[in-house]
Amino acid sequence: MELGFTTAAYAVAAVLFILSLGGLSGQESAKRAVWYGIVGMFIAVVATLIGPGSGLWLLSLVLIAGGAVVGYQLATKVEMTQMPELVAGMHALVGLAAVFIGFNAHIMIGYVDNHLAENGAQLGGALANGTWIQSVEKAVLEPLSAFGQLIAKKTTVEITILKIELVLGVWIGAVTFTGSYVAWGKLSGRVDSAATKLPGGHMLNAAAAGASLILAIIYFATGGLLPLVLLTLLALFIGWHLIMGIGGADMPVVVSMLNSYSGWAAAAIGFSLGNDLLIVVGALVGSSGAILSYIMCKAMNRSFVSVILGGFGGPAGEQMAVEGEQIAIEADGVATALNEADSVIIIPGYGMAVAQAQQGVAELTRKLRAAGKEVRFAIHPVAGRLPGHMNVLLAEAKVPYDIVLEMDEINDDFPDTDVAIVIGSNDIVNPAAQDDPNSPIAGMPVLECWKAKQVFVSKRGQGTGYSGIENPLFFKENTRMFYGDAKQSIDKLLPMID
Amino acid sequence: MKIGTPKEIFEGERRVAMTPESAAALQKLGHDCVVETGAGAEAGFSDADYKAAGVEVVKTAAALWKAADVVAKVRAPDATEMKRLREDQTLISFFSPVADEAKMASAAKKGATVVAMEMIPRISRAQKMDALSSMANIAGYRAVIEAGNNFGRFFTGQITAAGKVPPAKVLVVGAGVAGLAAIGTSTSLGAITYAFDVRPEVAEQVESMGAEFVYLDFEEEQQDGSSSGGYASVSSPEFREAQLAKFRELAPEMDIVITTALIPNREAPELWTEDMVKAMKPGSVIVDLAAEKGGNCKLTVADEKIVTDNGVTIIGYTDFPSRMATQSSSLYATNIRHLMTDLTPEKDGVINHDMEDDVIRGATIAHANEVTFPPPPPKVAAIAAAPKKEAAKELTPEEKRAAEVLAFKAQTKNQVTLLAIGGGLVLLAGLYTPASFMQHFIVFVLSVFIGFQVIWGVAHSLHTPLMAVTNAISSIVILGALIQIGSSSGVITFLAIFGIFMAAINIFGGFLVTRRMLAMFQKS
Repeated sequence: MELGFTTAAYAVAAVLFILSLGGLSGQESAKRAVWYGIVGMFIAVVATLIGPGSGLWLLSLVLIAGGAVVGYQLATKVEMTQMPELVAGMHALVGLAAVFIGFNAHIMIGYVDNHLAENGAQLGGALANGTWIQSVEKAVLEPLSAFGQLIAKKTTVEITILKIELVLGVWIGAVTFTGSYVAWGKLSGRVDSAATKLPGGHMLNAAAAGASLILAIIYFATGGLLPLVLLTLLALFIGWHLIMGIGGADMPVVVSMLNSYSGWAAAAIGFSLGNDLLIVVGALVGSSGAILSYIMCKAMNRSFVSVILGGFGGPAGEQMAVEGEQIAIEADGVATALNEADSVIIIPGYGMAVAQAQQGVAELTRKLRAAGKEVRFAIHPVAGRLPGHMNVLLAEAKVPYDIVLEMDEINDDFPDTDVAIVIGSNDIVNPAAQDDPNSPIAGMPVLECWKAKQVFVSKRGQGTGYSGIENPLFFKENTRMFYGDAKQSIDKLLPMID
Repeated sequence: MKIGTPKEIFEGERRVAMTPESAAALQKLGHDCVVETGAGAEAGFSDADYKAAGVEVVKTAAALWKAADVVAKVRAPDATEMKRLREDQTLISFFSPVADEAKMASAAKKGATVVAMEMIPRISRAQKMDALSSMANIAGYRAVIEAGNNFGRFFTGQITAAGKVPPAKVLVVGAGVAGLAAIGTSTSLGAITYAFDVRPEVAEQVESMGAEFVYLDFEEEQQDGSSSGGYASVSSPEFREAQLAKFRELAPEMDIVITTALIPNREAPELWTEDMVKAMKPGSVIVDLAAEKGGNCKLTVADEKIVTDNGVTIIGYTDFPSRMATQSSSLYATNIRHLMTDLTPEKDGVINHDMEDDVIRGATIAHANEVTFPPPPPKVAAIAAAPKKEAAKELTPEEKRAAEVLAFKAQTKNQVTLLAIGGGLVLLAGLYTPASFMQHFIVFVLSVFIGFQVIWGVAHSLHTPLMAVTNAISSIVILGALIQIGSSSGVITFLAIFGIFMAAINIFGGFLVTRRMLAMFQKS
């Protein structure tokens, strides 16, 4: 098939991908949009398979089929609460694939160099107008693959640029790979989610990044394999160390950042392969992840840099002392209040996901709604470990999405609400963010649940939240603490609701 | 320290300031407890009960006053008890610093410390010690019970085989603690309950208890109760007239009227006049909880129940809490116990009379040979003052325009700067890079641009599916591997095989899981 056809197919696929992302603006259009993505991917793969330069397409099909089986297993078996780790794990795959492809490009350069030398030509011998300094027989280029021919036709400058692109692709891919792997480990509980750093901390990262730059320059000059391998190892280290130093609750930012990286890696690979579709998709994914990271950071009122560097920054000063005591309450007390309430707002957090309490919460919602009460959910942008994590969990439990509202939509309604139930969230409902300018989370937008007439907090124990700061909400006069595992607490509560 | 409670001397007083239960709690603070024999008899606590709780029982009041370092009682001390009060002794009781000024002075002179329970400031932290509230709660409840006792009909309306019974109509004047308790009791008995208070902000509380708030047609700005520590203060003559007119209108309909209106340190205001009493139906009942301070109705006789010529019963008892001595004693004893907890911060049986503490300072009227009444204003405002409603400043059209123009200019400046920098960088790159690179670069820049435009529109709730789908399509790197797999080099083919396999997992996994998630989103 001609190159023209493949390019046309790529254009169609690119449009479909853009539509696929744009369709996510609404729940209903999203269901259609995902098909655009699937069709786009199908067209792209088929066009490449039948296009110029590909070989071994039978093997390719077998490999794709194998991947399909594994992917199907993963996608159908995964619990919705494990979504963050699945997404992180998949980023790792993309990162690794990018590293491999980058290395392949490197090997190809060497191979073409050899091949041309054997035939009395020289790599980078082409002029900018495509003619050759030495006359190279068409027959010499013939045995090379399409990619090989592409390289062979490049000028010296273009070869250097190719190397830059290749190094970028490999480097970002490697950071994405180990970073996602660590994020996956942290999210699935295989790695301690606390922030840990090697001695030296960020200096170590900075040193590794500096060394990578030097190695990259050496590589541009010599084109040797060793600097590239060393550079890759350094990138793998940076990815690992960077994410190890970021705590569990910052994972929404981390995962979206890695999402972004996997996109940029794809774009860099696209440049080195001269493939526009890769560039388009990589750029789309990269900017998507970047925007998500931005939204998450905004929701925590922290700068991207401070999240990536880990730990809490901000003004350090005397924090307001919390006065009063935490008053505990049993299930029957909560049930009485719920039976009497007309309007209820539920604020789920990571604790709900950990306890797998979403089914119970949904059942509670159904019962309360059947009793004619207004029940709504308030979702903070960083609730959970993945952007939109809570929405997915509630959707899984069949909570209708039109009663699940985001922070800005519902924050003004708390004063008119009888009961607010906080399930497993802490920092996102901390009034200190508004009241105490010295609080580490000062200025972070929070859900103002304390303005409701009554607040119940379902919580495992008296500990502080991720940020380690005391939550004055728990000491407010209208707050009652409903201690215990969220799932068990809700299950205890359910039979008492009429 | 030894905490002692004598038998109340006051005629008809049946309460006691220490119960076996509170004694047990006091002992946990490291104190010893002692009571006079028979102190709790009227409230249903025998000497044996006290002994079982580890309390020493002494025979006479004199012996008790001698033994105790802290004397906790209910009523203010009488002359004999004042004589018994000695240096360095602490007395905790109801003690009106205004009415009993002479006693207060003499106690101070002796060097005794006096903590007056009615002076406990009304702040959240001190609620657990607020004996006025706990007693008022009982009085409110009991007032309804007494009224029912003297009222010849059901509270609740009923339709029975023997005929129809209309529900009783109850008016509660003054919605303080006692008023609210009365409202709660009355509504739960089934009566139609109305309530009035000069503080309009309590209307919500009244309605939450199931009663109807009686509003006045009155324009003057009504008082904000928060400025006077949650109590009512004196209202203007015009307001009073409007109020009385409303009551006159209601009087013929009401079966039971419970008045609870009190203003601190003043005689009770007259709210239920003689003509209103005359207008009421025979058999109606008035319970005047303000009888001790002169009554809200001038016909009220303190401590007595009278029946007027037109058959209206007026109850002027002043000992409602005492009529429920067991209940009121246990609440009062708990108030005292909480106060002692604050006075014994180390829980070591040593009293630390901290005059810096708002609550202790506020309630102490005599200490270290000095009269310490009135207390300085508390450091913590009792109730947050209602925020001044400040109308949002209306911007004039010119100002609005100016602000808009300013915002527009700032935005333009921002955008132009960004575009200039971005454009400059791209142009710079163009100078040094070959055309073939720039061709791809254009595609890249446009794609990033499209990406930014499109992604902002994605719904927050779909962020997780967005990540899953971007993840799936970022596996487009599979194209790279597909191109490379046909290479003649073995290593390249080998690495490409892995690349294809992993990317394929991602494609299928990512799209499938996205579909699974999206299918779950349902509308109600």
